[in-house]
Amino acid sequence: MSAAGAGATAAGAGATARPGRGLLMNAAMAAAVTLLLAFLALPLLSLLLRIAPGQVLARLGEPVVLEALRLSLLTSVIATVVVIVLGIPTAYLLATRQFPGKRLVEVLIDLPMVLPPTVAGFALLMAFGRMGLAGRSLAALGITLPFTTAAVVIAQVFMAAPFFIAPTRAGFAGVDPRLRDAAATLRASEAFTFFRVMLPLTVPSIVAGTAMSCARCLGEFGATITFAGNLQGTTQTMPLAVYVALQSDLDGAVALSVLLLLMSFGLLLGLRSAPAGWFWTRTSAARPRS
Amino acid sequence: MLRARVLKRLGAFALEAALEAEDRSILVLVGESGSGKTTLLRLLAGLLRPDEGRITLGSDVLADTASGIAVPAEARAVGYVAQDHALFPHLSVFENVAFGLHASAVASGSVRSRVDAALRRLGVAELARRKPHELSGGQQQRVAIARAIVLEPRLLLLDEPLSALDLKTRQGVRGELRRLLATLPCVTVYVTHSPTEAMALGERIAVLERGRVSQQGTRDDLMRHPRSAYVAAFLGVNFFRGAPAGPLADGWERIATPEGDFAIARAAGEGQAALVVHPREITLSRERPAGSARNVFMGTIEEMVPEPPDGERVRVLLATSPALVAEVTQPSIEALGLRAGETVFAAFKATGVTVIH
Repeated sequence: MSAAGAGATAAGAGATARPGRGLLMNAAMAAAVTLLLAFLALPLLSLLLRIAPGQVLARLGEPVVLEALRLSLLTSVIATVVVIVLGIPTAYLLATRQFPGKRLVEVLIDLPMVLPPTVAGFALLMAFGRMGLAGRSLAALGITLPFTTAAVVIAQVFMAAPFFIAPTRAGFAGVDPRLRDAAATLRASEAFTFFRVMLPLTVPSIVAGTAMSCARCLGEFGATITFAGNLQGTTQTMPLAVYVALQSDLDGAVALSVLLLLMSFGLLLGLRSAPAGWFWTRTSAARPRS
Repeated sequence: MLRARVLKRLGAFALEAALEAEDRSILVLVGESGSGKTTLLRLLAGLLRPDEGRITLGSDVLADTASGIAVPAEARAVGYVAQDHALFPHLSVFENVAFGLHASAVASGSVRSRVDAALRRLGVAELARRKPHELSGGQQQRVAIARAIVLEPRLLLLDEPLSALDLKTRQGVRGELRRLLATLPCVTVYVTHSPTEAMALGERIAVLERGRVSQQGTRDDLMRHPRSAYVAAFLGVNFFRGAPAGPLADGWERIATPEGDFAIARAAGEGQAALVVHPREITLSRERPAGSARNVFMGTIEEMVPEPPDGERVRVLLATSPALVAEVTQPSIEALGLRAGETVFAAFKATGVTVIH
C-alpha cells in the first residue's frame, strides 16, 4: 500500500526523481544476479567441497595426472604462441584493410567459436588424416599428424585462434586513426608505426586475447579427442584425463577438475587485477575499451 | 613556395581550391566548419589523394594527377599539427618529439641534441620526461609543434591549433605562436574558423566557403574589399597593431598605433597588441558626435559598397587616419544623405575595440 502511495506521489511530482521505480529496478537486477551467481557457483562449490585440498596435492603426484598436466601446459603454451604469431598480423590486416572477400575471411576465422568441437576435430581428421586432403601429401613426406602431440596443438590452435583475433583486432581498430596520421606525417613507414605505435597501444587487448586463447587451449576437449585421440602421455591432456577418470576413479576426476578450475580461475583473475600501471592504458589518456 | 590546385570529392561534398604561399610566410586558411579546411590540409599533408590537381613545394612535385605522382605523407617534408595534437599517449614528451627523427633513422647522438633544442625553443624542456596525459592543453600543443618542427619541414600545417585550448590559455598562446611562426623558414598554412585568429596571425588569408576559396589576399584586401557576404561579415573588420600608451581618465586605456591613438576598455598587457574594430561598431554622423563614444575620427568617404547579397547594408570606406571601414544600414545612409567624397565623423566606443595580445 505504502509503495503504491509513494509511486502515486512520484507520478504526481512529474518527471522528477522516481525513487519507487529505481528501487524496483535495483531489486529486479539483484534477484537476477543472485540467481545466476548461485547457478554458476553451486557446481563449482560442489566440486571444491567434494575433496580435501591435501587430496588434490596427493593426486598431483600420480604419473597419469602429472603427464596430463605437463602435456596440457606444453601444448597450450605452444598453441598460444602459434596463435599469437599468426593472429597479430591477421588481426592487424582485418582492422586496417578492406579487400574483396573480407566478410568471408571473417566468418571463416570466427567459425570455430560456434562450431561443435567434435565437428572441428572430425574436419581436421579429414584434412590431415592419412587419407585427408593435406594428409596424403604429408604422408608422402613421412609425416603423420593424427594421434600425435602435434595434433593436439593443431586442434587447440584451430579452436583458440578466434578468441585471440577478436579482441586483438578490436584493439588495433580502437587505436585513434589520428595517431596513425600523425606518425605518417612524422615520416614513419607503416612498419615503424606498427611497432612503435600500433603494437604498444594494443598490448592490453593482446594480453586479454592471449589469456582467453590460453584458457581455451587448456580446456579444449572435443576436437582433441576426435583428431588426436586419447593416448596417455602423448595426447591425453587434462580435460581428457578428467573424462577417463570419470569412468573409473571419481576422486581422481574431482582432483583433476579442481586443478583445471583453479588454473582457469587464476588466469582470468590475474588478467582482471593486473597491477595498476602494468598497461600504459591505465592512464587517463586511455580510450575506453570494451 | 607552395602552389596547390586540387579537386577532391567526398560523398556529396566537393573541394575545389587553389592556394599559393611564399616561403617564410603564414597563410591563414579560414572558414566555417564543413567548408573543407581540414580536407585541404590533409591533401597538402599527403593523408588524402586529390582526385585531380597538382601540389608543388618549391621544385618538388608532391602530387600531380596528370602524371600520376602522389608522394605519400611519410615521404613529404611536411609537418602536420592536428587539432587535438595527437601526441602518442604511451610515449614521453621526449620520445614523442624524437619519434620522427627515429623514423627517418637520424643518428641517435644528434637526436638528443635536436629534440632538446626543439623542446627549449617551445619552452617545454623541463617536461621531457612527462607523459602526454600529465600535460595541460597548452603544453600538449607546444609539444605537438616541437614534434613537427624538429624535422625542419618545408611546409608546416596547423589545424586549428588553439581550438583545443580554453579561452584564457588561447590568448597567451596565440601571441607566442605568432612570434614562433615568424621565425620559421618554411611555408606555414594555419587553419582556423576564428576570424580574430585569422586577422591576428596571417599576413595572407584565404577564405574557404563550401569547398571553394572565395577570396585570397592580404588582410587589408579582405578588410576593404570583401568579395562575399561571409568575408564581409567575418573578416571585413578594422585591424590595427599598437602598444599601450598609458591610462586615460575614467579607467580607459590609451593604445598608440602608427596611424593614430585609440581608447580601449581593458587594461592592456605588455607589448604589442592587435586591435579589431568591427565595422558595425562604427557610427557615422555629419556633426562631431556628443555621445559617449571615446574614439572619433574625421575624414572623407572614399567609396560606398552595398553589401551582398541584398544590399540592405552598405560598407563605407573612409579616408580617415587611421583608415576605417564602417558598415551601416541603407536607410541611415539615406537619412544622412551620404555620398562619396563627403566629410563625415566616424565614432566607436572604447568597448567596441577587441584587444588581442
